[in-house]
Amino acid sequence: MDREFSLRLYRQMVLIRAFEDQAAEQYGRGRIGGFLHLYIGEEACAVGAINTLRKEDYVVAHYRDHGHALVKGCSTRAVMAELFGKATGVSRGMGGSMHLFCANNRMMGGYAIVGGGIPIGVGLALGIQHQGLDQVAMTFFGDGAVNEGEFHESLNLAALWKLPVVFVCENNLYAMGTPLARSSAVPEIYKRAEAYAMPSQQVDGMDVEAMYRACSEAVERARRGDGPTLVEALTYRYKGHSMADAVSYRTREEERAWHPRDPIARYAQILRERGVAEEELHRIDQGVAAEVEDAVRFAEDSPDPTFEDMVRLTYAA
Amino acid sequence: MPVMTYREAIRQGLRELLRDPAVFLMGEDIGAYGGAFAVTKGLLDEYGEDRIRDTPISEAVIIGAGIGAVMTGVRPIVEIMTINFTLLAFDVIVNHAAKIYAMSGGQIPIPLIMRTVTGSGNQLGAQHSQNIEGHYAMVPGLKVVAPATPADAQGLLLAAYDDRNPVLFAEHFALYNTKGEVSEAPERVPLGKGAVVRRGADLTLISYSRMVNVCLEAAEMLTQRRIDAEVIDLRTLRPVDYDLILDSLNRTHRGIVVEEAAKGTSIGGSIIGELQEIAFHTLDMPIRWIAGEPTPMPYNRQLERMAIPNATVIADAAAQMFISPKRRAAS
Repeated sequence: MDREFSLRLYRQMVLIRAFEDQAAEQYGRGRIGGFLHLYIGEEACAVGAINTLRKEDYVVAHYRDHGHALVKGCSTRAVMAELFGKATGVSRGMGGSMHLFCANNRMMGGYAIVGGGIPIGVGLALGIQHQGLDQVAMTFFGDGAVNEGEFHESLNLAALWKLPVVFVCENNLYAMGTPLARSSAVPEIYKRAEAYAMPSQQVDGMDVEAMYRACSEAVERARRGDGPTLVEALTYRYKGHSMADAVSYRTREEERAWHPRDPIARYAQILRERGVAEEELHRIDQGVAAEVEDAVRFAEDSPDPTFEDMVRLTYAA
Repeated sequence: MPVMTYREAIRQGLRELLRDPAVFLMGEDIGAYGGAFAVTKGLLDEYGEDRIRDTPISEAVIIGAGIGAVMTGVRPIVEIMTINFTLLAFDVIVNHAAKIYAMSGGQIPIPLIMRTVTGSGNQLGAQHSQNIEGHYAMVPGLKVVAPATPADAQGLLLAAYDDRNPVLFAEHFALYNTKGEVSEAPERVPLGKGAVVRRGADLTLISYSRMVNVCLEAAEMLTQRRIDAEVIDLRTLRPVDYDLILDSLNRTHRGIVVEEAAKGTSIGGSIIGELQEIAFHTLDMPIRWIAGEPTPMPYNRQLERMAIPNATVIADAAAQMFISPKRRAAS
């Protein structure tokens, strides 16, 4: 893999983690309200997957969507400002952490109804196909979403109409607090694609390059008109479901067992082995830290949206 | 002006919209079958499979895909065979279509027309006889339309296409064969504007969809009792045209809200609630509310008839409003 591109993948993962650490801190200080779902541990999924897309391709995400927004090109400032509920946020402070939208970058939203973004991803692909364009839609969801009817309706329609969509399931093993084995009769999620004659693949979601390779194949398939793919990324969220979660449903041993697979530490090691100097990685880490601190200052200094904004934004004029 | 059925008027409206290459239709059995109520009959032959898309029976993804597709700039018109089945897509309509514009801070409008069929009265049982358009009329971010005449059905459909918001378009199955004049050139009927369909001086009947015709029938009956009823067709249920209602009540000082929907399940209550705030000063007495029985619709023909308001019930209630309070107490 091209050196510059590898460093870009590394930087984006570090950015997401630093962003999430900072978000947790600001949540603790009461500057971020509502639910806050951190993506720590899962960074390789969004980074590996979304980097296979072009700017004009679409992304739909779930409520754990900070990483997807950052990788799809939303500015760190505007994403942080959204978490702060400010008018300068990606969604003007009207959406919040779970609803990051950035139409310019074709980040078509995070959705907070489990599985709710999946049909929308199918629709984006339908719109692309109807216009005869060579774009692709990528829709992310978790392991909890695969037992929703919308998941099955969506896979069936996408396969039936050969729509250019890539379904990326981020399987972090827990649907909120319920382990996959207790919620799914067939816990190998990728196998569900077989029912719709759809190609699928299970990938190490802690390995950014593996994610990139699997999704590249899926995106190419979609782009050349050969229809959808289901990619199951095996990953792990280090923190609770949201900040409100005390994580009583799994053991500390299990959590520790995942740490050697950490997507950032592992990739840093790979880059070192490929000859990237320690100082270079360090420079990236520092640059990211400064970027996130700047985003917090920006969010703090930004104005709130107004009552008039709320009224005006109920209906499109 | 040509006379056509409500069904033909909608079909003609769809043809008009299909002149835009970005428009395509999507729904269950709308193509080869011709539509469960034959509204889209013939369109598959005229426009082909890419424009008239038969879908699986998957209500959530029919509407969800419509939402995603309009985000790319195309204009699908999605159809759910009956309004009862829209409940399978309630999440998609209420949690998604209605909220994306606001949640995105105004970046992403959802100009999606969702056609469906409402109504009761054909002995179709509890699961096929609901008038739940009022559920949707309670949702900020949605617009809800329920036309009563062929001209309105076509005109509102064209206006819904011009609108940049999700519009639930509830056609009434019992109206499909009703006839009316429809202008030759496509004519828009603005969303959010009701119509006075019968002028009257004594009392205002406020209704929509098929019940407008029933109110007109009741108004005819009332002439024999020398009561001159005005009839308002709301046409749009969200937003409701309160200016029109208020203007009428300022002249008649008496009102009845008439709905086919089961009482308490639709918009009648919220309209009356709003009117007691804005029209109290002009009313001679409380607004009356005539609606369907609040029960799952029975199959039995006699019971079903009893569950749905009819002209006699409306006329009797109206006449009661003109009996002096003393006599009313005595009767």
